[in-house]
Amino acid sequence: MSNVPPNIRYAKSHEWLRVEADGTATVGITDYAQAALGDITFVQVPKVGATLQAGETFGVVESVKAASDLYLPVAGTVVAVNSALDSSPETVNSAPYDGGWMLKLKLIDAAAPGGLMDAADYTTLIG
Amino acid sequence: MSELQRTPLRDFHAAHGARFVDFAGWEMPVQYRSILEEHKVVRRAAGLFDVSHMGEVDVRGPDAGRFLNHLVTNDVAKLFPGRVLYSPMCYPTGGVVDDLLVYMRGPDDYFLCINAGNIAKDLAWIREQAANFNVTVTDRCEDYALIAVQGPKAVEIVQSLTGAQLGLVKYYHFTEGTVAGVNCLISRTGYTGEDGVELYHAAGDAVALAEAVLAAGAPHGLELAGLGARDSLRLEAGYPLYGHEITRDISPLTAGLGWTVKLEKGADFIGRAALAAEKQNGAPQKVVFFKTGDRRIARADLPVLSAAGAVVGRVLSGTLSPILNEAIGSALVTTAGSTQPLSVDIRGTLLNLHLVKPPFVALKKTS
Repeated sequence: MSNVPPNIRYAKSHEWLRVEADGTATVGITDYAQAALGDITFVQVPKVGATLQAGETFGVVESVKAASDLYLPVAGTVVAVNSALDSSPETVNSAPYDGGWMLKLKLIDAAAPGGLMDAADYTTLIG
Repeated sequence: MSELQRTPLRDFHAAHGARFVDFAGWEMPVQYRSILEEHKVVRRAAGLFDVSHMGEVDVRGPDAGRFLNHLVTNDVAKLFPGRVLYSPMCYPTGGVVDDLLVYMRGPDDYFLCINAGNIAKDLAWIREQAANFNVTVTDRCEDYALIAVQGPKAVEIVQSLTGAQLGLVKYYHFTEGTVAGVNCLISRTGYTGEDGVELYHAAGDAVALAEAVLAAGAPHGLELAGLGARDSLRLEAGYPLYGHEITRDISPLTAGLGWTVKLEKGADFIGRAALAAEKQNGAPQKVVFFKTGDRRIARADLPVLSAAGAVVGRVLSGTLSPILNEAIGSALVTTAGSTQPLSVDIRGTLLNLHLVKPPFVALKKTS
């Protein structure tokens, strides 16, 4: 069964978002998503400083089987990216909510994460 | 959608956590745990693959050897009982119907292993060509299951289950015997570039045999491996896959399989004239193997670009080599274009193709 931690938010396109103590938001893909993709071989993320809209493609995750677009759950400016994934993209498989994070955002609308699913709704979605 | 065919091991795979895919109309395990890990296990220890979707055909009769030498491009006359031969089977155009293994059991008794996706086509083709020969062509696909045990520990593992002396069965040879009490055709062949055996056996014995090999192999590090690893292993070894490196439109000479086309063998064969002409005139295109130094996978059908940016070919197969940790693949390029620096454009990033003579990694298979 997929791991769906409480206290983080989820998008229908299987990204997660966690609002940190400093007000930034960390974004990655869910355990369900990494399992469906299989062995992740490459993660492409935007440059620090990029500003992206909600729903916009922010990168690509490649597995042995396919390349898939990543969608930003809420609008924001990229303040950090996980460059460790350049050499170890498989961390997204082994630790999707921790070492496998993809980017950190400065939110444009601090209330926007509230519009995303909670763990219970996401669990229902992936049923 | 029509119902997928299943091998006798389908429920065995499910019980071991397989993820299934539709491969050529068969519900096959693509992976159990991780394609990359299963690949590495085969290079390091051993893997057990279910390849029961492959097709088996008996060719028997007084003309069997002569017929097969007419049917395929390699030299069947070189075979003796217990010997296996890899060969393309071509159309008169030189394009490939399929690639297959020919087993010689006796002077009038041969056995073919053909690709799952080509079974109906091959059987129709083989029967059509056999019309003027005194041979009987029998579809045995339903009767046989086939597992491949591959990797540096594979022979040791299977030896622990059989009285057959596997040390006496050299690469591309076979013997018949029991493995874990199951009657098998034990073939020292494979599609991974590693040493190992392929075990043809009655479909009804498949679960018992697979359980026995898995149990005997586990202490040696053997794991189940799916079609995902099978594909990356074969590409790393530089082996062609029908539908990719060889097709109706890509001849064995274009594909770099000239060693399997015996123009001078003592028999005319289907495709000989076209292949002789291709050899004499030079092929307009050729299959090359490449690595990129990058982890982005150059996938099938991606255009290959010349230094000037012109399209001079397309990718045929692409994957990430779990051993090299970089993308590898094959491409069909124009012969003129293949001497230039080549590249592919992956989502706006131009990656150079470094041409490689396969295998991509050192292989340990024995001769």
